[in-house]
Formats: sequence, structure tokens, C-alpha cells
Amino acid sequence: MEELVVIGNGMVGHRLVEALRERDTARHWHITVVGEEPRTAYDRVALSTYLDGATAQDLSLGDLRGPDVDVHVSEQATSVDRAARTVTTASGRTLPYDRLVLATGSTPFVPPVPGHDLPGCHVYRTIEDLDDLTASAREATTGVVIGGGLLGLEAANALRLLGVQAHVVELAPHLMPAQIDQGAGALLQNLVTDLGVHVHTGTASTAVEAGPDGRAARLMLADGSHLQTDLVVFSVGIRPRDDLARTAGLTLGERGGIVIDDTCTTSDAHIHAIGEAAHHRGTVYGLIAPGNAMAEVLADRLVGGQATFTGADTSTKLKLLGVDVASFGDAHGTTPGALDVVVNDAAGGRYAKLVLSDDATTLLGGILVGDATAYATLRPMVGAPLPGDPLALITPDGEGLSADALPESAQICSCNAVTKGAVTEAIACGAHDVAELKSCTRAGTSCGSCVPMLKQILTQAGIVQSKALCEHFTQSRTELLEIVRATGTTTFSALIETHGTGHGCDICKPAVASILASLGGGHILDGEAATLQDTNDRYLANLQRNGTYSVVPRIPGGEITPDRLIVIGEVARDFGLYTKITGGQRIDLFGARLEQLPAIWRRLVDAGFESGHAYGKSLRTVKSCVGTTWCRYGVQDSVGLAIRLEERYRGLRSPHKLKSAVSGCARECAEARGKDFGIIATETGWNLYVGGNGGFTPRHAQLLAGDLDEDTLIRYIDRFLMFYIRTADRLQRTAPWIEALEGGLDHLREVVVEDALGIADELEAAMARHVDTYTDEWAAVLEDPDKLARFVSFANAPTTPDPAISFTTTRDQPVPGTPTALGMPTLRTSKESTR
Amino acid sequence: MSVLTHVPAGPPPAAHWVTACPQDRLETEIGLAVLLPDGHQVALFRTRDHHLYAVDNLDPHTGATVISRGIVGDRAGEPTVASPMLKHVFSLRTGQSLDTPGIGLSTWPVRVQGQNVQIATTPHTGPGADTTAPQDPTSPNPPPRATAPDTTRAEEGTP
Repeated sequence: MEELVVIGNGMVGHRLVEALRERDTARHWHITVVGEEPRTAYDRVALSTYLDGATAQDLSLGDLRGPDVDVHVSEQATSVDRAARTVTTASGRTLPYDRLVLATGSTPFVPPVPGHDLPGCHVYRTIEDLDDLTASAREATTGVVIGGGLLGLEAANALRLLGVQAHVVELAPHLMPAQIDQGAGALLQNLVTDLGVHVHTGTASTAVEAGPDGRAARLMLADGSHLQTDLVVFSVGIRPRDDLARTAGLTLGERGGIVIDDTCTTSDAHIHAIGEAAHHRGTVYGLIAPGNAMAEVLADRLVGGQATFTGADTSTKLKLLGVDVASFGDAHGTTPGALDVVVNDAAGGRYAKLVLSDDATTLLGGILVGDATAYATLRPMVGAPLPGDPLALITPDGEGLSADALPESAQICSCNAVTKGAVTEAIACGAHDVAELKSCTRAGTSCGSCVPMLKQILTQAGIVQSKALCEHFTQSRTELLEIVRATGTTTFSALIETHGTGHGCDICKPAVASILASLGGGHILDGEAATLQDTNDRYLANLQRNGTYSVVPRIPGGEITPDRLIVIGEVARDFGLYTKITGGQRIDLFGARLEQLPAIWRRLVDAGFESGHAYGKSLRTVKSCVGTTWCRYGVQDSVGLAIRLEERYRGLRSPHKLKSAVSGCARECAEARGKDFGIIATETGWNLYVGGNGGFTPRHAQLLAGDLDEDTLIRYIDRFLMFYIRTADRLQRTAPWIEALEGGLDHLREVVVEDALGIADELEAAMARHVDTYTDEWAAVLEDPDKLARFVSFANAPTTPDPAISFTTTRDQPVPGTPTALGMPTLRTSKESTR
Repeated sequence: MSVLTHVPAGPPPAAHWVTACPQDRLETEIGLAVLLPDGHQVALFRTRDHHLYAVDNLDPHTGATVISRGIVGDRAGEPTVASPMLKHVFSLRTGQSLDTPGIGLSTWPVRVQGQNVQIATTPHTGPGADTTAPQDPTSPNPPPRATAPDTTRAEEGTP
């Protein structure tokens, strides 16, 4: 193995390691990452969300540590010995390398105006910077951001989120001078001013003056006036961090940056540089997309590939202070003879400009402010012939542009440098939906703005996304649910007669049963409904590998009295059941034969237990930590909330199983972010996370809304769950469902929080019906002789134990014996999760 | 009246019959397991079109005796049961796996005798021992739900 040392654990350094780990299947490289920040890489682009409820954990890009990857945080590389090929660190480590990567990023540039280092002066780059800013903002009512570029506007947004009146001071005559022109800047200024941000363009700052307490109090301006302020944020630009390279004697650019060639190699063949620290063909890129492109090129080179970095698209599309801003290609029209087509609709709050070649046939670039939806189609068109009237492409009711007008070389996903050609090739190789395209090309995995384009390309490739549930129904689950709702159908036979063919199967029957149950169809074993259920639902228990079942009584929130715990123990003992604590804070009793289930449940129901629905595609458990009741660190009553949620949503049938958890503080002991909906306490309320799961493809839940009071939280969960139940595919868990939603998490937030579809009341009413009509399924079975009659081992010997089932003893408990299965081999095994 | 739904190539040699349950005990599309005197287990079904089927209760893929608890349906018109264990689908008519060639369930003669459903103690010869014989009655007047159609042919007169 060779040794690769990466200095810098920012987004680009992280991407390099990720990309190399993916490609280095021969495990040629052992990687050591040295990062000076106290945590592993996080999403700096989304930094302002940290002030909007997201935690450092939310922003984290994940831990790279593994058998071949060491990561040292809070560790600064202090020198590079090129002759010995070693890196020395501040803590005294000496790290030998075969190849060294400088991914040291950049530092905010602070202009040397007098007073720039007073207390109350800040920069905006790291989570620690935000913590400092937050502390300063507690005492502040007004703040000034120096710099009206992209980062300056982000910083102004941060001040707004901290409840501070924000001013932005920009030297240039308009905002974002690097990306947009005067007209767009003027419109952006209008939109930002409407949001309460004071913008001062064409204004130079000369000094920061202190107040009596020694903290920054006034920003002095070149015209002799000043702004009264409580804090100052410098955001005028960044400088590549090239000091290590400088002392090591590597070639630097005239205005800084470590010079690299097209293979991302510096003037020393054993040293590479990528990201904002690198200087490539006269340019230092300050955006994530070029950094990622360099990381991918270098990863390829390190495993013997021939990739080259020949420059990158600096197109950007951002939401700044809630305003869409996009700039792509030759946005400023610097190409000789370039022509502009501009729509400047100040009243409608949108500005759009296309830059065309001198003969008006080729798109060179453009700017969009206020509404950037055309960005996804326009940006890949750069360099390509225009398909028609350019004005039609940027007027609100113009016909827009479709993906088939694009050449194969057009870049569909600029974040990950994926061309249309790569996408069509992936489709030809068998990728048949957006999720598959994402996983095999990475397109759409960063900002997601190209996802509509991916769908278009799929459609044009003739991929008909069959929504048919199975051979008996051409409709999707969602369509069937809408049919059932609209027609008031209450049985499967009526539905298949009117909207399907044949008799049904093990796919459509449970799916329709779940739809009928979700819409309030009575007991799941009533009448014909019993024939639709999978064995778990039909016998209200979980089938195990030897044909016996497991039993899980509900223990809301994981809280249980000693007496009730004893009942469970007695039942397990009396029926000879294997007993295990589940991951969902309840108790699973295994090895119950079919004919024993009613007697077991009679005991449990009499003791006050009810079904835990461990067998259903329904709410399983709401896990909790002990919260403020006991914990020294807890800030909210997590157990109380968990019980309230579990009792509210128990028995709710859904497209897949649902899990939840509530943590009483940011330490997150309940592992709420591994759940379909997880709640984490804050000092002032609750943060709601959605779309997490464990299992085969673990996902971290994403923040949907922050700092909610309990009633609002429950309203949002009601809406979230009902919206999921109404629109998800069969067996689609919440994470892939959110991913497949057009607009993803942002759209979900619009529906749930802002009620953009106007259906919130209806969703809440549907949930209220569920809550009002809930009854315990097991108690109902025990009262119904017809249902009880199904719990027999044999029709002709109802109480005779199945002779094929046997047990042996392991660690003092009964476990399935060798299959007596009449000499039949056990080909495969499975066990239903019952957590 | 004797009834069968699934016409085998011929009657099993020296078949004996075991009463599984009263007819009305067998609900449509909810299978029942039947224990034969020799320890064999049979899964007994009534489909929505009132046919009776009996196949092995043992799932050959997993070795668990659970076929009677599977979901009944059809695949391109072929009546099926899906094993609840790993959802392998078998033809109720022939016992053949519709997913894995060469694997299948034995099928068992089944009839209605008086008010009772009965199963022969010997299966048709081997898994998938079907049968090119005509399938079904084409009775112009479908019988009431609880009564299977009269298809008294092959089983008639067996002991």
C-alpha cells in the first residue's frame, strides 16, 4: 500500500477521499487526512442553515474513517519536507507520504482597515465563526456586512436569522458584481430591500470605530458618514491558503494559489492541490463545483486514470435570502460582438438576460434573478445553437426549452460535471429512473436543480416509467388510493372488478388492504379484508423462519411499569417463548405457534397491553431517551412527547413501516435521525427531521422544520404522514419517497409547513379520523369468534401442535430446532424485522 | 355429491380420504392446514370461483409448513398461492413453482363429501402431476357461494 496524505478536511478534501475510496478497489492507497477544524468535513455551502435549526451533525458530510482511512481533526499541518516526503503537524506527528494533497481551501479576506480586529468584528466561513457570530448577536440589534457578493448576502441572511437588523455595504455599484450585471443587481437590491436588508452600494468602508466598551460600534464610510452598528462581518472575498506550499517552495500564482497543471499536480510531482487553494491556468475557483471536479480528476489519476481538469463552469444558481439568483456562461457578455436579450420585469420581480453570439445563433451565457427555473435547461445549452426565439426562452409564458435540444456534450449536472452523454449512456446500460441515474452518474446528487432535466431525458429515451402495481392493476398505488377515495370503494373485489383484472395477487392485495385501512376501513380482518393480508397482518404477529410467530405488545415510548414488565415475563415463561429486547425499546416474544396466539393475547390484553403492530406496515414504535424527567442534560420531556406521538399514530397503516424517536436534547440518545420522523429537543421547542431509516440503505433524516411548539409539531407530523400515505409507492419508505418528490425536501416543506397545495386541513382531518376511530386490533379479535376460529394449527386437529416445529435450547432459551421439514433442504432463510 | 376442482390424470392408487373440515369452515381465499395420518401436511384452499385445491403445506424453499397461510390469487389466470415465507408463488392447479422451474408442491385429490371437505391420503404422482384433463365445469348457473360446482368425474366412485 502507498501512503496518501490529504491536508485539509473541507468539502473538496472529503470529496477526494470519497471518490478515491470508490475507485481504489485494489486498495492501493492508505489515506491520512489532517484537518485543523475540530470536526470532520461539513457542508459549508449550507452554512446558514446552522442558524435556522440545523445542527453541526446535520451539516456533516459523514465520517470517512475506515480500515484504510485515518482522519485527524483539530490537527494543523505545520510544514512539508519535500525531500524526506513527510508532513509535520502542530501536535508533533510526522506523516510520511508517497503523494501529498493540499486541499487547504481559503481564508476570508479581511481588508486592513483600522479597527478590523476589534471585538465584534467577524468573518463567515466555519461553524466556529457562526458560534462566535451567534454569541455577538445576542447583545446586538444592528449588524453590518462588508461585501455584497454571494457570501456577503449569505452573511446578511445569517444576521436576519439571528434577529439582527442587517446592512450590506458594497464597494461596486451593484450587488454580486462577480456574477450579475447592473440591471440584475438593481432588481436583486429591490427584492433584498423588501426583505428588510439595507443595501449601500458604491460605498467604501474606511474604518471600524470602537464604542466605550471597546467593541465595534461604528462603520466609517468614505463619504464621511457612518453606520451605527453592534457588529461587523467581513465578507469581501477569499484568499487561497497557500502558506504551507509557499514555505515548501512550490510555485504559486501571482496573486496566490498553488499552481497546478491539468492533472492537479503542483510543481512537485508528488504533491497535488485541489479546491480553493489551487491556481489553475490563471484562475482560483471559489465555488464547490470546480473543486469537486478537481477532486474527481485527481482520484482518477491516483488509480492510474487519464482524467484531466481543463477548467470548470462557474455557473451558479443560488437562493440568497430566499431570492433565486443564477448566472451561467459568459454572463457579462465579454465575448466580442455578444448580443443581449433582456427581460427586466421590476414589477413582477424577475430579471432575465441571455447573452448570444454576434449572429444571435448560439447561447453564450445568461443571468436570472427572481425566478431561476429556466436555469436547468438554459445552462447546458451554453455553446449550443439556439433552438428558436431566445425571448421565448425567458419570458414567463414562453415555451422554454427541452432536453432533446441539448447536444450530448452539454453538462446536465454542473455540480458533478455529468454530461447529457453520460446520462444517456447510463440509461442505455439499464438505469431506468432518477434514483438509478443518481447512483450511477452522481447527477442530481448535490443541488438537485437538474433532476427535472434527468426526468426529461429518461422520457425522451423512451423509458416508460410503468406505474402499474402488478398484472392486475395498471394504476400505481397512489392512483388506486385516489380512486378509492373518490369512489368510496370499500372492498378489494369491487375495486378489481371496476378498475383491475383477474383475482389479485400477493402484491396488489396487501397494497389495497393498506389503502383501505389508511382511509379508515374498519378492522383489517373484517370480511374479505382478511384474505388480502399478508400472513403477519392476517394473524397479527410476525412470521418467523420455522413457521412460528413472534409477539410484540406496545410499550409506548419504551416506558413500562414493573408490574406490566412482570406480566410479559410471566406470559413468556408460561408459553415457553424466547424473549429478546428489540432495538425499538420493546420486548419481542418468539416461538408462538399459530394456535397459541389468542391465549397469549388474552393474557396481555387483560393486563392492559395492546397490539404493538410489529407485524404491520404501520407505525412501529416511538423510541425516546429519558429527557428532562431524569437526564441532567435534557431540555424537553422526550418521554411524554414520544408516548403522545405513539398513541396518536398507533395502528396507522402506511406504504411501509414507520419508525420514530424523540431525543430530549442535542446529544440525540434516541437516535431520532435514523427514523422516518425524528424529533430532537431544542432550548425553545422541537426540531422535526424526516426521511431517516436504518436497514439495508441507512439514511439520516433531514431537518423539515425547527424550534416548533408541541402543537405545531404534531400538526406538521399529521400532514407529513398523511401526505406520505397518499402519495408514496407501495413499500416505498419515506427517504426514497422524499427523494422522488419533484422538488424533494424543499417541496415537502412547502406542502407541510407552508401549505402550498392548500391540502393541510384535509390531511389533518384525515389524521383526526384515524385518531378518533383507533381501536386495538387484538382486543377486537378476542371478542370475535369468527376471527378467533382462524387461529388453528390444523382444520382437522385445531389444537394439535404442528409436528414439524421443534425447538432446541440455546443460552437457556428455546430456539428453532433443525428443520424437521421431511428431509427438505432449507434453501433460504429470512426473518421479519419486528423492531 | 362429490366434487373436485382439479382434475388429475387419474385417481390415486388405493386412495383413502380424510375429512378436513365442514365445507362452511373453509373460507374463500383463506387456507387451512390439514394433518394427514402419516404426518404429511396439506394446505387446503377455496378460490373465489369456488374451486377447491389441496397442495403440500411445506414450502420447499424454506422448509416451513406455512403454505396454507399464503395469499391466494392468480397469475395470468393461473390460480396461485404465494408462500408467506419468501413470497414464492406456486400454481394451485399443478403445484409448480411459477418462479423456480423444477420446484413444486405435490397436489392432493380433494372432494366434498356431504357437508365435509375431504383430502386423499395419497398425492397425485409427484409435484406438478397435472393433468391435461379438462379443467372445469362450465355450468351455466353458478352455484351459491358455499357450494362448489359439481365436477363429479374422476373422483367418482373412489373409496
